[in-house]
Amino acid sequence: MPRRDDLSSILIIGSGPIVIGQACEFDYSGTQACRVLKDEGYRVILANSNPATIMTDPDFAHRTYIEPLTWEVVARIIERERPDAVLPTLGGQTGLNTAMALFERGLVGVPGTPELIGANAEAIATAEDREKFKEAMIEIGLSVPRSGIAHTVDEARGVMAEIGLPVIIRPAYILGGRGTGIASTADEFERLARLGLEASPISEILIEKSIAGWKEYELEVMRDRADNCVIICSIENFDPMGVHTGDSITVAPAQTLSDVEYQRMRDAAFACIRRVGVETGGSNVQFAVDPSTGEQVVIEMNPRVSRSSALASKATGFPIAKIAAKLAIGYTLDEIPNDITRMTPASFEPTIDYVVTKIPRWAFEKLPGTSGVLGTQMQSVGEVMSIGRTFPESLQKALRSLEQGRAGLNADAAEKQFDDLSDDDLLARIAIPTPERIFQIGELLRRGLSIEAIHEACRVDPWFLDQMSILIEERLRIETMSIDTLEPRHWKRIKRLGFSDAQLAHLWARNEDEVRAARVAAGVLPTYKTVDTCSAEFAAETPYHYSTYEDESEIRESDRPRVVILGSGPNRIGQGIEFDYCCVHASFALRDAGFETVMVNCNPETVSTDYDTSDRLYFEPLTKEDVMNVIEAETAASGGRSPKVIVSLGGQTPLKLSGQIPTELIAGTSPSSIDLAEDREKWNELCDRLRIPQPPGGTAVNLAEAEDIVARVGFPVLVRPSYVLGGRAMQIVHDRDHLARAMAELSGFGSLGKEGGLSAERPVLVDRFLEDATEVDVDAIRDHTGEVLIGGVMEHVEEAGVHSGDSACAIPPQTLPSWVVEVIRAYTEAIAEALDVRGLINVQYAVAGTNVFVIEANPRASRTVPFVAKATGVPLAKVATRVMLGATLAELRSEGLLVDSVLDGGRVAIKEAVLPFNRFPEVDTALGPEMRSTGEVMGIDSSFGRAFYKAELAAGTVLPNSGTVFLSLADSDKPAGIVVAKHLRQLGFLVAATRGTADYLARFGLAVDRTVDKVSEQAGETAVDLIAGGAISFVINTPQGRGGRTDGEAIRKAANMYRVPSVTTVEAALAAVRGLAEQWDHPIDVCSLQEHHGR
Amino acid sequence: MSDGEITPAHLVLADGSIFEGEAIGAPARVTTGEVVFNTVLSGYQEVVTDPSYAGQIVTFTYPHIGNYGTTSDDDEAARPFCRGVVVRDLARRASNHRSTSSLDSMLSSRGVSGIAGVDTRRLTRILRDTGSMSGAFGTGSYEELLAAARAETGTDGVDLVSTVTTERPYHVEGGALRVVAFDFGIKSTILRCLAEIATVDVVPASTTAAEVLAMKPDGVFLSNGPGDPSAVPYAVETIRDLVGEVPLFGICLGHQLLSRSLGGQTFKLPFGHHGGNHPVRHEASGRIEITSQNHNFCVDPESLEGRVEVTHLNLNDHTNEGMRVLAAPAFSVQYHPEAGPGPHDSRYLFDEFARLMTEGAN
Repeated sequence: MPRRDDLSSILIIGSGPIVIGQACEFDYSGTQACRVLKDEGYRVILANSNPATIMTDPDFAHRTYIEPLTWEVVARIIERERPDAVLPTLGGQTGLNTAMALFERGLVGVPGTPELIGANAEAIATAEDREKFKEAMIEIGLSVPRSGIAHTVDEARGVMAEIGLPVIIRPAYILGGRGTGIASTADEFERLARLGLEASPISEILIEKSIAGWKEYELEVMRDRADNCVIICSIENFDPMGVHTGDSITVAPAQTLSDVEYQRMRDAAFACIRRVGVETGGSNVQFAVDPSTGEQVVIEMNPRVSRSSALASKATGFPIAKIAAKLAIGYTLDEIPNDITRMTPASFEPTIDYVVTKIPRWAFEKLPGTSGVLGTQMQSVGEVMSIGRTFPESLQKALRSLEQGRAGLNADAAEKQFDDLSDDDLLARIAIPTPERIFQIGELLRRGLSIEAIHEACRVDPWFLDQMSILIEERLRIETMSIDTLEPRHWKRIKRLGFSDAQLAHLWARNEDEVRAARVAAGVLPTYKTVDTCSAEFAAETPYHYSTYEDESEIRESDRPRVVILGSGPNRIGQGIEFDYCCVHASFALRDAGFETVMVNCNPETVSTDYDTSDRLYFEPLTKEDVMNVIEAETAASGGRSPKVIVSLGGQTPLKLSGQIPTELIAGTSPSSIDLAEDREKWNELCDRLRIPQPPGGTAVNLAEAEDIVARVGFPVLVRPSYVLGGRAMQIVHDRDHLARAMAELSGFGSLGKEGGLSAERPVLVDRFLEDATEVDVDAIRDHTGEVLIGGVMEHVEEAGVHSGDSACAIPPQTLPSWVVEVIRAYTEAIAEALDVRGLINVQYAVAGTNVFVIEANPRASRTVPFVAKATGVPLAKVATRVMLGATLAELRSEGLLVDSVLDGGRVAIKEAVLPFNRFPEVDTALGPEMRSTGEVMGIDSSFGRAFYKAELAAGTVLPNSGTVFLSLADSDKPAGIVVAKHLRQLGFLVAATRGTADYLARFGLAVDRTVDKVSEQAGETAVDLIAGGAISFVINTPQGRGGRTDGEAIRKAANMYRVPSVTTVEAALAAVRGLAEQWDHPIDVCSLQEHHGR
Repeated sequence: MSDGEITPAHLVLADGSIFEGEAIGAPARVTTGEVVFNTVLSGYQEVVTDPSYAGQIVTFTYPHIGNYGTTSDDDEAARPFCRGVVVRDLARRASNHRSTSSLDSMLSSRGVSGIAGVDTRRLTRILRDTGSMSGAFGTGSYEELLAAARAETGTDGVDLVSTVTTERPYHVEGGALRVVAFDFGIKSTILRCLAEIATVDVVPASTTAAEVLAMKPDGVFLSNGPGDPSAVPYAVETIRDLVGEVPLFGICLGHQLLSRSLGGQTFKLPFGHHGGNHPVRHEASGRIEITSQNHNFCVDPESLEGRVEVTHLNLNDHTNEGMRVLAAPAFSVQYHPEAGPGPHDSRYLFDEFARLMTEGAN
């Protein structure tokens, strides 16, 4: 069946900000969809609030709306653009939920409105509504776990009485398993049932007999409108049932299913997609298998492209999202060529000749109060994938890809942590799933515990344990060998099992360079194989490679100039999609300029790891060994000419490697300049020379030194480790006790081998903290002629002290006098010149009164580059990349790549951070110097208030139109509170406040409507009671200094738990009030990026 | 596990390519055969015991083989017929509730030799580019293995059917219809599928048409089997006498033999189809079936123009995958609808056979 000609315009709904459970994978899928539909000649309209995505680049759609993804706003877009169809299946749960909300209001999917393509409303409802889904599965004869549905806690108790504990509780219509949990006791049950009902937008939970400990599988299915079905990939979880699949180590293909069982599962998956009625596209179906009987039950299905689809695409080379988009517009699978082989059609099932391992990455260290225990609710913020010929090789590569100081499965310095633990301690620990479990299992195997005993404790399949045991046995053998006498066949066997040079260096007490030299001398070099969807049955055109140690390498030779772009590795808080955006832009810009581009990355969610983003893709860990191997392989494949290497676009990951790559290969700003900016003493000299003031401070490697600095500069001070992103462990310290705690905490990181750490090489920075200062961020580009382009000057909404990544910011600056902006521009130019920057630089300033202090400068891409590019229309990352390779800004201007900024006085763009607190009810939501946001949104409009309102809405903070606002302010914030309260009253809100705040406001003639007692006093009604009772529609609570268990913390947690919108800084409160006021006058209106950019 | 436990072995192809590995399964100094590759991700036991691999050394492209062990339930024949197996990694420990023995001990106990640790992707790429080739593996010297590889005649023109067919007829109880099944190397899964529709009498390949017709079957099934269809002229003769007399259904070699009996030509594919993921289009409906395949020879449909309707087409290389005889109640497919191992997309063909037999009876 050919392409549908009855459609001419299609709206794609994106997934919005990066949140836990919904990350870059939907940028990957949305980008592919936009490309496909545009190539097919449709008018493509895109709605997505996330400016850091590739898909929202104005080139990818005809009309790009960076607007909040609420049904009301999307309805406005539909009204304006009148698309013929809406494609909701490529934007994650957000896309699906938004489409369903539109359908329920009769705005899509009914006659006279845009058609829903990909999946219709009934199919979505069948898959997403747990009761309907269960009934549907029983109807077609598939087994499902015994279960019942409840809408109230009473109903839930009834269901539980029927099926018995333990049970698993899953809310309907949620993403990433939010609100899901296993209850083994009646108390746990009560608590989880309540949380689950709260989490579900329709107050519905499924209570299901727990099958924790069963084996877990996933099949990725595609279906076309002629009802052809294929399986793209099977995935087996290393962690048995009980851990959310997004938090599980998973392996492709399935390893321990016989063909008889696998085919039965395949039949069930097809039956499932057909019954649910997903007409076209990709879905994934999850199964649990009883290891003792083989009984299979269906757990759930996603009627859309998912995180697993992204993994399956990267694992097999089959571009699921691209094909799903083609199927949605009417093609059948046999009409679509397989991109990789070109000669064969997409109507086949990929077969692979390697093993893929995915391991999630968590951020528990940033969220004090969390237990760090994995469960049925997803908590990871990113993931890595690795490819090896065998599971042991692939597992070791994945573990070192995580960048958490581990060189593989133990055999590194960090394994020392097990020294104090007995076998029984460890066995008890592996019974509880945590991020450390895999390493603990490795240690138990090293101690010689039996696979049976370990399996008994953790329920991980014995096949996986035996494969790990092969590694451990080899490790014990390595310890008996000597690097000096090792024969090539030994080297090869060791490397085939995925041991890194760093692990060998540890085991032999040598340094890594010696190991590498000995290995190279023995002639043992990696070979690069190709991901080709067909296990080499057909010749592959697509250069997508992974390393292994075999006989033959498949890299093609060519003589074009090459550039290697080092990606940013797994998403983490502080380093996410923004850097992938920069790397992808670099690749696009350089390809256009005639370079051959080579991407190295290990994050399966990203656009950068799409096989057609660059000329060549190496799916490899970003470690020194693996990166040097790629550089050497590329050198060999281009007649001995070394490639240029880009290290400054992927965040800290590649930057940390810059010192280990030959300097002459590095494109752009030289590593010595990077070091100059990072090295505190050199940086101080530079600022002194330029006469640019800094907050007073110094560096310390121990408490005594830190105290000396404080004696000089006074409290409060900002304490932070050098060389980290995202404000890891950054603290504002007000007294000596706190200083001692902070220094102790930082030295603790060192011994755990985590990022940062306290050492002479990585000292701690201690600076006077500027209270009440306004923070400003600048992104700029300097070329080799010395011309500096100021990309954007961003004024933060929250004052200095809130991490810039967690703060909202505005372009152009809203309150800074123009002369201050001029000073900032001049300082930035001088710093860029002094650092001899070739490419991007980000400089942070604090403005206190009339003083402009420079906080830090980083000659690399910053998190704000994509936001600035979207706001101003200037493709900063592309321009910077070309500059790094030698072009001048003048040349790029005449080429047409560098255009003028479109952001004049008429518009304001706001970036707002999105925080993961709804998943971590135990965490205080107050913002601080440690970054905790997972993603960002952009609001753009004609005034600050309107743009801010949009940004809040996009970030999920729905500012109310009426009701009671609860105010509880720190003393220093109380004056501003007068303004806030006054405006709220004018807008018709009622105001409730704590006694202190109420008394203060009363003095200025603002009587509050309701006064509550302190939570700690437990006397009368408290703020928590009001929030829990639903009496409050908006919470404004600013923290009193940085203290322990305060009233404020209880209030903020209650707001988080009961989903009441809240802000925790007075600046945000002022902005919100401005937003509400302006919103009052003019209801929200939408405008595309192309119109903003005047194109 | 010390270094000493590994027995080094080599695989040498007739073109001189050499691969390092270690000996697995039954010990052997030299094992020869035609080297082919199979791309299934699961189903190694079914492949190893499939009589169609007689004369061949099977290379598995998926690196981990043996993960879920073996069970007699998954045997496709009473014993393995392939000459040997080549794998990247043989599982040391199997894990599956169905497993009764590891693949290694199953191979050893049944006398099948193998070689592990081989860069099977490099081997596959060679076979893909130059076509199936003779080879030899074992603990012998390079010269010994190369000489053996070059001396190996391969499967062209060799009657391998006679080495795998049953010696005497046997009976399989099943459905109401009566089917006589020629055993050219029949797989157990095919018998299970046939038994769902019919009671089956399995007969040796050399059984004559008269003998078959004397059994008054509702239909005759032409099984899969190893090697070159041109090397079994007696079976072609027999089938020629059956066409039009009784409904016929052929699979794989059975499809090739039926074609030849109608005067059609068969030819050898460069490296054959061996796997479980080949897309086949059912021409009448346009539906795509993902199929299990195991053949090196192929039917030339042009040589049958006017006598058959092409019913199925391979979408990878556009070779013939099935036909219906125009003048007689007979049809056949090149691929394996029974799928042991492989997907179940095409099992409807057994129902079609039942329908053909039922309509024939009316």
